[in-house]
Amino acid sequence: MSTTTTTPRVGSAELIVYEHKRGWSALNLRELWRYRELLYFLTWRDILVRYKQAVFGVLWAILQPLLTMVVFTVVFNKALGVQSPSADIPYAVFSFSGLLPWNFFAGALSRSGTSLVGNANLLTKVYFPRLVIPFSAVLAGLVDLAIAFLVLIGLIFAYGLTPTWHIVFLPLFVALAFVTALGVSLWLSSLNVLYRDVQYVIPFLVQLWFFFSPVIYSVSDIPAGPLRVAFVLNPMTGVIGGFRWALLGEAFPPGYMWISVGVVVVLFVTGMFYFKRMERVFADVV
Amino acid sequence: MSTDCALRVRGLGKLYHIGGSRARTGNIREAMSKTVMRPIERIRNPGAATHTSEDLWALRGVDLDVEHGEALGIIGRNGAGKTTLLKILSHITEPTEGRVEIRGRVGSLLEVGTGFHPELTGRENIQLNGAILGMTRAEIKGKFDDIVEFSEIGRFLDTPVKRYSTGMYVRLAFSVAAHLEPEILIVDEVLAVGDVGFQKKCLGKMEDVSGEGRTVLFVSHNMTAVRSLCRTAVQIEAGRVTDKGEAGAVVARYLAEQAGDAASIRWEPSKGPGDSQARLVAVEVLDSTGEVANMVTTDRPFEIRMEFDLFRSDPAFCVGFDLATSDGTVVLRSLQTDKAREEWPQVVEGRNVLSCSVPPGLLNEGRYFVMPRLSIHARRWIVHTDSVVSFLVHRDTESPYTLDRPGTIAPTLDWQSL
Repeated sequence: MSTTTTTPRVGSAELIVYEHKRGWSALNLRELWRYRELLYFLTWRDILVRYKQAVFGVLWAILQPLLTMVVFTVVFNKALGVQSPSADIPYAVFSFSGLLPWNFFAGALSRSGTSLVGNANLLTKVYFPRLVIPFSAVLAGLVDLAIAFLVLIGLIFAYGLTPTWHIVFLPLFVALAFVTALGVSLWLSSLNVLYRDVQYVIPFLVQLWFFFSPVIYSVSDIPAGPLRVAFVLNPMTGVIGGFRWALLGEAFPPGYMWISVGVVVVLFVTGMFYFKRMERVFADVV
Repeated sequence: MSTDCALRVRGLGKLYHIGGSRARTGNIREAMSKTVMRPIERIRNPGAATHTSEDLWALRGVDLDVEHGEALGIIGRNGAGKTTLLKILSHITEPTEGRVEIRGRVGSLLEVGTGFHPELTGRENIQLNGAILGMTRAEIKGKFDDIVEFSEIGRFLDTPVKRYSTGMYVRLAFSVAAHLEPEILIVDEVLAVGDVGFQKKCLGKMEDVSGEGRTVLFVSHNMTAVRSLCRTAVQIEAGRVTDKGEAGAVVARYLAEQAGDAASIRWEPSKGPGDSQARLVAVEVLDSTGEVANMVTTDRPFEIRMEFDLFRSDPAFCVGFDLATSDGTVVLRSLQTDKAREEWPQVVEGRNVLSCSVPPGLLNEGRYFVMPRLSIHARRWIVHTDSVVSFLVHRDTESPYTLDRPGTIAPTLDWQSL
């Protein structure tokens, strides 16, 4: 039996008011901070469950990108003749460095897209800032990213290369990848609560997005002009370019990097507002 | 707002769009065509009300004041709006109109085991569930041993909960919840699960909570629990507060009103309480001549007859009733499975009529209430409603000295001089 007792602080507690709100509501960062432990536990649950159910467990985080890289190298490099932009960097390392942020992004989208609907029982039974749900779904992907990063470092050394000092900027691009994934996830997860069609669209969207991102090819392969402009509006172009600059010492992505950052900011801010606006009906319609 | 008020509700209302829920989660095509059509509809039909007949006010005009340290029971029929009220007070859903003012940290318990993951072990689920219920990591750590001890799961702590029996699962889930220490505790009907011994333990724990001066809001169909835990109670019917006052009085009025004077109730085949597994058709009290009777006498046996449709049979299917007095105290529970298995009455898929014979001289004088109970034993309730029929017991013995006996039962026992 519990022996601990807390004395309620009568009268001293702050006053909370619930009533019908209209329009856009402000983001309550302080509240989000108060629920950081829930965020931690939900992320931890996602990671734990993912690796517990699989026989090979963590091994999948290594095998999946590695095998994908092998397939890409055989199909695109050997068979179709796609080349790495720099003669010093083997195609295997080149494509793997693109897969690193891409897998994180794709995984985040497919997990978080259905995250609110998948956690419907939580939404209807407990209060917490709903942002925690897609946030933790994206966060859980960081473990896979870290594992794949170690594999890449091994790969770099295996090919007799050495990482450049740019690598200290990698966390910055991880953050950019994170905000990109979160921005899109906020849109997809809240739309999916209202329209279940979204969950069928996501795999298709991810596949399409993949071909429009410079994972298997380089941005320089795209002819300059309107087509290139369309490509750089894709925030993943900037993210992947940044990763390659930091990891392989490729040329720093020029102007398009900042366009990507701008698009990310717009995606994230609008996603946040849309999510906050729809948040209050989640429990009623989910 | 005076500072001794923990919770204050004014003019609270919640509107649900019944058809709307489909339209909302329907598909994009519908939504798009609606967006296009709505302005056209407006032009065609300028006077049309925005709230259509598909709208339902689950709550309307609810006022409530709960003082610090008060334990308030909330009673009412299924679908009366109790859970909606709790959901608004727990901040899960937003009111459509009105205002809620709360002073203090709210912990709500609308379900046991929210967020439990079958793949995780008992230990992991305690941590996860604690965090979901709003405990901090330090708090969970501090209470961990108490929670484990309370749950009696002991050596299964590191087993995934998918291997737990239902009883163990519920015990663990409730133990986490029972160690929540908010200033205001909101509890929905969660005690209806689990075995009786553990339910008692939970009620004891809840009593500790209310005894510590914490504010408690408690929804239950267990009238005995409401009376023993709560000082005050409100009754909610059709989204409005229809009665409030001292808990015992509210419970008594509610039970009397629920059962009315009817000794027989019969539903349309698909309208009775129940679900896709089984559904009640009728509950009747019959005297020794086989007639529906509002009053039975204690010198003869009488019969409680239950008629139900069983759609999907289950070896653990139980049917029976709780018998309660007018203050809500349960006198007894009787199920068709009480005797040895060979002696159970036959229950088949389709329509069943079971009769339970109550021996003479068992009950004391007064009004008794029959609360039907259909369940899959130790797994879930199919029907767990408040009383549906009631009857009066008239004591008729050969002795002139048995009038006005105290006690809920009054069997005639054997006396001998030695």
